[in-house]
Amino acid sequence: MGRPMQVARYWRHFKEKYRLIGGKCKSCGHVHFPKRPLCPECGSQEIEEFQFSGRGKVVSWTIVRNPPSGYEYYKPYPVALIELEEGPVVLAQLTDIDPEKIDFGMEVEMVTRKIREFDEDGIILYGYKFRPPIK
Amino acid sequence: MRKPVIIGVGLTPVGEHWRLGLRDLAVEALLNAMEDAGVDKVDSLYVGNMASGSFVEQENLGALIADWAGLGNIPAVKVEAACASGGAAVQEGVKAVMSGLEDVVAVVGVEKMTDAWPSDATRYLAYAADAEWELFHGVSFVALNALAMRLYMKEYGYTEEDLALFAVNAHANGAKNPYAMFKKPITVETVIKSPYVADPIKLFDASPIADGAAAVIITTEDKAKEFVDKAKMVEVAGMGRAIDTINLANRKDFLILKAAKVAAERAYRMAGISANDIDFFEVHDAFTIMAALSLESIGVAERGKGAMLAKEGQIAIDGDYPIQTLGGLKARGHPVGATGVYQTVEAVWQLRGEAPNQVPDAEIGLTQNIGGTGSNITVTLLRRV
Ligand SMILES: [Zn+2]
Repeated sequence: MGRPMQVARYWRHFKEKYRLIGGKCKSCGHVHFPKRPLCPECGSQEIEEFQFSGRGKVVSWTIVRNPPSGYEYYKPYPVALIELEEGPVVLAQLTDIDPEKIDFGMEVEMVTRKIREFDEDGIILYGYKFRPPIK
Repeated sequence: MRKPVIIGVGLTPVGEHWRLGLRDLAVEALLNAMEDAGVDKVDSLYVGNMASGSFVEQENLGALIADWAGLGNIPAVKVEAACASGGAAVQEGVKAVMSGLEDVVAVVGVEKMTDAWPSDATRYLAYAADAEWELFHGVSFVALNALAMRLYMKEYGYTEEDLALFAVNAHANGAKNPYAMFKKPITVETVIKSPYVADPIKLFDASPIADGAAAVIITTEDKAKEFVDKAKMVEVAGMGRAIDTINLANRKDFLILKAAKVAAERAYRMAGISANDIDFFEVHDAFTIMAALSLESIGVAERGKGAMLAKEGQIAIDGDYPIQTLGGLKARGHPVGATGVYQTVEAVWQLRGEAPNQVPDAEIGLTQNIGGTGSNITVTLLRRV
């Protein structure tokens, strides 16, 4: 499928995807990811950027064995819901891990990894994944 | 407001229709429904469809289908709410009739999925998720549901075998439905031995990719008398719909379908009934976990008890809470944007007493149609006139 000019579409999210920056409500203090135009708790539009630590715990996980086209390269790969230590939950791939060892509540930390490549226009996408912490 | 009544239904079998395109399927279902209702023209057409642009490079389905069905220069639009597109299209048709703006309305749900490669189909289905924050990470739709299934099993102590009972029930009922994709009963072992698609969801926990179209004709109670006998009339007694966060991770509670809860409450209020008054339930079992969560969210089972109804045999035709009476998404098949209309057709059969797998003396039925990972949900209540 032709995908003209995908660069801007991904470039817009570099901050969130490379550094795990979300939003914090100036009115009620609620933190969320990704950053939204309105606070999901109080509706305030006064939202500032918030840097997450990248540490969190596995809430649930699965192994993707039949991926959407474009993601075959890593298959099978684990995807998890991760509760960040600041509260919000994010969805991401787990990496550098034996899928058999994944468990509820397992501690993980954010790392930057390649997410996928596009054959058509050569773009390579990077973003956050999570792995067991390097002690 | 005027009382909306369904007077005609039509459909194609669900399956892999290599010889038929999207327009063929839609026109066949639509003309069948018009014939069933005894109408030769309609005031407008609503098309339930999720992803025709991706699957067959065709949008503007209102014009396409009304044109090819010979409906003239009527208003016709596509209604999209992911896999709940069919349920939403039915509700838009009902609203048009209730408002007084249109007297006789046609609704057709259609999806043509098998023209795409399976991995592309997997990607198009994931377009109903949050593209930037879910699909970006390589998650499939099955995988999102698997995250909920794993959590549900852990939280309430269920096994994969327990949830497989929903698939077994669906196939037992689908075996009686000539329009179902799968007409073979299965056992728990069939489900458990099938390969994982996204652990713990196995192939037989999931509904199949399929083609199909279903249609209904809606009019007012007064006008209905011009076309059909009372025995063929089914009232749309209540309806509701609601959304939830599109991104599963942004939800406060992963084990309640909040949108279904809100939609059901709206529908019950409009019809003046409660979950206890309903004789059968066509819930959206795209995955076995969704059948369990649906029963809880629409008030049939308490939190964590949805799968108990399957274990106790209460979801069978002769149980207290029959579900998926014609096979559900799992066995009838799930041509995504058409599914909500198939559910409506099947509920009409039950209420007219014409179902091949009849719930005895059915008076009120519920259809619940889920789009996204519970992010866009319709609930519609149908009642015998
Ligand atoms: Zn706030």
